Amino acid sequence: MASSSSGGSGSGSEMQRTAQHRISVIAGHLRRPAEGDVAVRAEECKAPQSRLEASGDGRTVPMKRHEVMKWNGWGYSDSRFLFNKKGQAEFTGKRYKLSGMILPALKDWFEGTFGASLQHKSPATPLLNTSAVQAPTLNQDFVEELKSIGVPFSHEAEDRAFRGHGHCLHEIFALREGKIGRVPDMVVWPNCHNDVEKIVALACKHNVCLIPYGGGTSVSSALECPPEETRSIVSLDTSQMNRILWIDEKNLTAHVEAGIIGQDLERLLNESGYCTGHEPDSMEFSSLGGWVSTRASGMKKNIYGNIEDLVVHIKMVTPQGVIEKSCQGPRMSTGPDIHHFILGSEGTLGVVTEVTMKIRPVPEYQKYGSVVFPNFEQGVACLREVAKQRCAPASIRLMDNEQFMFGHALKPQVSSIFTSFLDGLKKFYITKFKGFDPSRLCVATLLFEGNREKVLQHEKQVYDIAAKFGGLAAGEDNGQRGYMLTFVIAYLRDLGMDYYVIAESFETSVPWDRVLDVCRNVKARVVRECKDKGVQFSPLSSCRVTQTYDAGACVYFYFAFNYRGLSDPVHVYEQVEHAAREEILANGGSLSHHHGVGKLRKEWMRETVSEVGVGMLQSVKDYVDPKNIFGNRNLL
Amino acid sequence: MLKKRDDFEDILEERRNSSDLRYALKCYTPVLYKQLTPCTASDLKNMVLCSTQVHFVIAQVSKETGAAPEEVQAEASSILEEMAHRLQLGPIRFFAFVLCKVFKTLFRSVCVNEEGIQRLQQSIHEHPVVLLPSHRSYMDFLLMSYILYTYDLALPVIAAGMDFMGMKILGEMLRMSGAFFIRRSFGGDKLYWAVFSEYVRTMLKTGFAPVEFFLEGTRSRTSKSLTPKLGLLNIVMEPFLKGEVFDVALVPVSISYERILEESLYARELLGVPKPKESTSGLFKARKVLSENYGSIHVYFGQPVSVRSLAEGRVQRGQFNLIPRHIPRRPSEDVQGFVNDSAYQLLRAQEENMVLKPWVLLSSLLLRGGGMMMEELSEGAVWLRELCRQYGAFLHWPETRFNFKQSPDALTLNTGAQKGAGLTAEEELLSQAVIILSCASYRNQALHVFVRPALLATALQAAGSAHKQDVFNTFNFLRNMFANEFILCPGAAVQDFEEACFLLMKTGVVLMEQEEVLVTENGHRTITFLTSILDPFLQGYQVVCRFLCEASTESLTEAQFVPAVRTFIVRLLLSGLSFKHFSCFQTHSHCVCVCVCVCVCCRATKIL
Repeated sequence: MASSSSGGSGSGSEMQRTAQHRISVIAGHLRRPAEGDVAVRAEECKAPQSRLEASGDGRTVPMKRHEVMKWNGWGYSDSRFLFNKKGQAEFTGKRYKLSGMILPALKDWFEGTFGASLQHKSPATPLLNTSAVQAPTLNQDFVEELKSIGVPFSHEAEDRAFRGHGHCLHEIFALREGKIGRVPDMVVWPNCHNDVEKIVALACKHNVCLIPYGGGTSVSSALECPPEETRSIVSLDTSQMNRILWIDEKNLTAHVEAGIIGQDLERLLNESGYCTGHEPDSMEFSSLGGWVSTRASGMKKNIYGNIEDLVVHIKMVTPQGVIEKSCQGPRMSTGPDIHHFILGSEGTLGVVTEVTMKIRPVPEYQKYGSVVFPNFEQGVACLREVAKQRCAPASIRLMDNEQFMFGHALKPQVSSIFTSFLDGLKKFYITKFKGFDPSRLCVATLLFEGNREKVLQHEKQVYDIAAKFGGLAAGEDNGQRGYMLTFVIAYLRDLGMDYYVIAESFETSVPWDRVLDVCRNVKARVVRECKDKGVQFSPLSSCRVTQTYDAGACVYFYFAFNYRGLSDPVHVYEQVEHAAREEILANGGSLSHHHGVGKLRKEWMRETVSEVGVGMLQSVKDYVDPKNIFGNRNLL
Repeated sequence: MLKKRDDFEDILEERRNSSDLRYALKCYTPVLYKQLTPCTASDLKNMVLCSTQVHFVIAQVSKETGAAPEEVQAEASSILEEMAHRLQLGPIRFFAFVLCKVFKTLFRSVCVNEEGIQRLQQSIHEHPVVLLPSHRSYMDFLLMSYILYTYDLALPVIAAGMDFMGMKILGEMLRMSGAFFIRRSFGGDKLYWAVFSEYVRTMLKTGFAPVEFFLEGTRSRTSKSLTPKLGLLNIVMEPFLKGEVFDVALVPVSISYERILEESLYARELLGVPKPKESTSGLFKARKVLSENYGSIHVYFGQPVSVRSLAEGRVQRGQFNLIPRHIPRRPSEDVQGFVNDSAYQLLRAQEENMVLKPWVLLSSLLLRGGGMMMEELSEGAVWLRELCRQYGAFLHWPETRFNFKQSPDALTLNTGAQKGAGLTAEEELLSQAVIILSCASYRNQALHVFVRPALLATALQAAGSAHKQDVFNTFNFLRNMFANEFILCPGAAVQDFEEACFLLMKTGVVLMEQEEVLVTENGHRTITFLTSILDPFLQGYQVVCRFLCEASTESLTEAQFVPAVRTFIVRLLLSGLSFKHFSCFQTHSHCVCVCVCVCVCCRATKIL
């Protein structure tokens, strides 16, 4: 399906369209002078002044991240959920579709699901107390030499604190309480591959610990500084290495600096008429380098593939030097693929600096959709059939009943009586006429991409399969809202934490025959563990199937609970999460589908990849980085 | 040691005061499993026949035997047809009505712990449930279904022996009230095993109904728990181990009869009279039992045991990750060990909640031999009751001062026992044996209370030294010897020893010094009693060994062995050897169990 949209045909109108497309691509290039001479700028990347301006220009991530982003929560400082004076939920800011909207149903859902109350607030520490950040341990020789090569750096408390954490619940919870543990001693902002080479060389020379930092969206404790580290820890922030160096339209590849974040990459490519199609849920903030080093997966992988399918060439700076392949052949039989030492190395071997990625023309047509199933079992059976027939749309996700309810609670206030009447009618049709049990039904959200004709044809095919499993088409709206949920869910967690509710998500991949078993057992285990650990209120334990493969699926779990009455909620939460992971593994699920191992899931590596596997990885580490310069201690 | 146990409620009382017909036709809306997949009995059959498990084995069998897959499929279908139940409410109501009448005539009361019922109800809602009643009588499963119906609980499907199916009409009636029939042995029949195990698993996984079966596999003829059979337990645990359900709740149920319906039948069977074939006409002939009083029944629904918590830290569930779960595999060693240990644990849970009636204690005293004065007996009973309480036994003792006349069977047996001395003719000997054996089977009900202390007491006497290690070694030897005789969890010798020491210490019978175990002055009475409990078993084993040394020269098959031992003993008795009468008869009752042990002896003698 994906290739068909680009494949030219003989008809005249087709030719015309291709020509038009080309012109728009060229226009795109012309429109952006900054992008036009990237090659030149990459050469003279030593002027920090001009770089700062460049990054201000249309780029999302400045060097001083805390100026636009929350230091103790998710995303932009101006965007957050809150309950207004009337007790209605609203989303502030102007950035999102949902921004400025009232969500009338959220309060009831929130209070009903968690037993929470708007009266009981647990507000976060508003400002970072810089005195709580311990003084930096600096390696003076390193600092001096760094100055001489002209790479900008900082050891201000705000910068360091921002880069000492990812977005695990325990990390955010501690920040909200104003607790700050070991953080990097300084932050450096290389501007290009050469900068990185110099920094790594200096770090080796002065025995400094380097921790690469991309988008900071890790949920595996990967960015936490090992408390036992005595050397000076330098956070290597790649955010300023964010240019598209070239686009090759003949081969449909783009060469990109690894610090670029997802939304910028997509936006810039779109201007040229292309996209990568790699859209992880965190794409607003996560970086290309981060994707490579965690083996990320995008929502639309069915068309575009996961990160390992998308990369053609990777350049990584290691303490032993630069590792890269000599050509851009699409596939090679040259021993084990060295890319696979880099993919998923989680910053333990070096810094990914530049990546050549496949690109695709921006799809002509996009359409959301949704299907309601009478129960989760039927939904999974349908997804399995879709995967079997290999006709999965760009994205297909199945939410369970709890998430369906959750999604409903996020419906914005409807403006007209007519829409609310229609909604009522729809509900009546599904529950009364079709006899779906509202407490069991679940919904699949769909996203189709391609040319219009193909999309419509494809859509019909998928809906026909769904019908065989009792599925009813439920409109584009529901579909779109489903995808919106994934972008705002992290903001919602911050809202929950304002009211004694803590939440986390985790994921796994599992063979088809075990999908239902894993979902059922893990959800039940979470509920049981919460009860056993003294959680006073019944937790939210929910899952969705987010990706389909030939041989299995990716399953995503959410769990959240009201922690009022618990003396150490984070500890309880950690125990529950640990138990849930044990349950996943016992039921034949994997340790991680795309979040990575980090330090959070390290303890299971040995049983996951076997003793010899760990030994293999260790020996690579020992060769590449004998002094443990990249000492974040992830993975092994 | 004394655990808080629930109170009992007599469910017959209400039946005596209100209409049975209305009861049988009452509105029946049981609580169901929360994740129930609604299906009918015939849907179940389809699910089984369409399952990948059964398909896999069909393909395998067809490849091995060269038969067409359709033929094998048809065979599978007929196996299922033969096996499957057809649970329907109509016949249940009919049974409810008839059983009301029968129970009211036979029993004074049927007492059930209602808290257990509530726990069970909750379990049924939460998880697939397996009911594991003790098995002393044919009544057991009828009684179970009756109670569950009375309390508006989901009716169980019951694994029954094929023998019942032969009963005309009644077999079908049982089928319609939830019994499914399994062959007694199907050793190498892959297809049968596949269909059968899949059938049970499907019922469990869908939450169709609680699955009920007897851990002991067959009725215990001696009122003491038999060593568990693991096949079905393996099957019902598998869905959990393979992650197909979140948990399975195992509910041990202890059914204690004041007097078992088949009492004298069992005794005769042990003496070598073959068991009558199950038949409807036979049942009809047996209606004379209706004229007798069988006292009361106590049914105790134990604490549900979660398979998940049993398996915690015991079984690596990940072991099923790498092979498709529908391919049948022999359970791995750790799973086998786990199932075996769990079975013992469950049986102990059953035993612990068995209610002991006064006559059980009296028979323990009477069987020690000789005549006894009434006063002596009642004094002994009071003493023994205290001991039992200390050991955590579940006693049901009438509030008023104990009166022998209250226990009808007590008197008959008592007189029987006293008449028993000095008979010579073989038939008379056997008829006496029946009485003694019945009496012994009462005593056996209390065995689980005394077995560990008794082993220690015997060990103390036999060890010939008070050194702790010596005592333990002897204890361990005895324990191993009786491993198939009593419910002694394999591998738990140290725990059992410590438990026994604790109990004897608590009652002031022994003193634990640094390295020594000493019997106190006051302890001798208890020690004597405890050793007397074990004595018949020891003597029984002795006789068998003697038989092996003296009598048998040619090799015997297992089937010949039991009758041969039996005749040997009768000969010994008739020749007036110095065995105490009752202890010799005791031997019979345990011959079968001893058999296993004897196998070891056999091997040993051959070596010698």
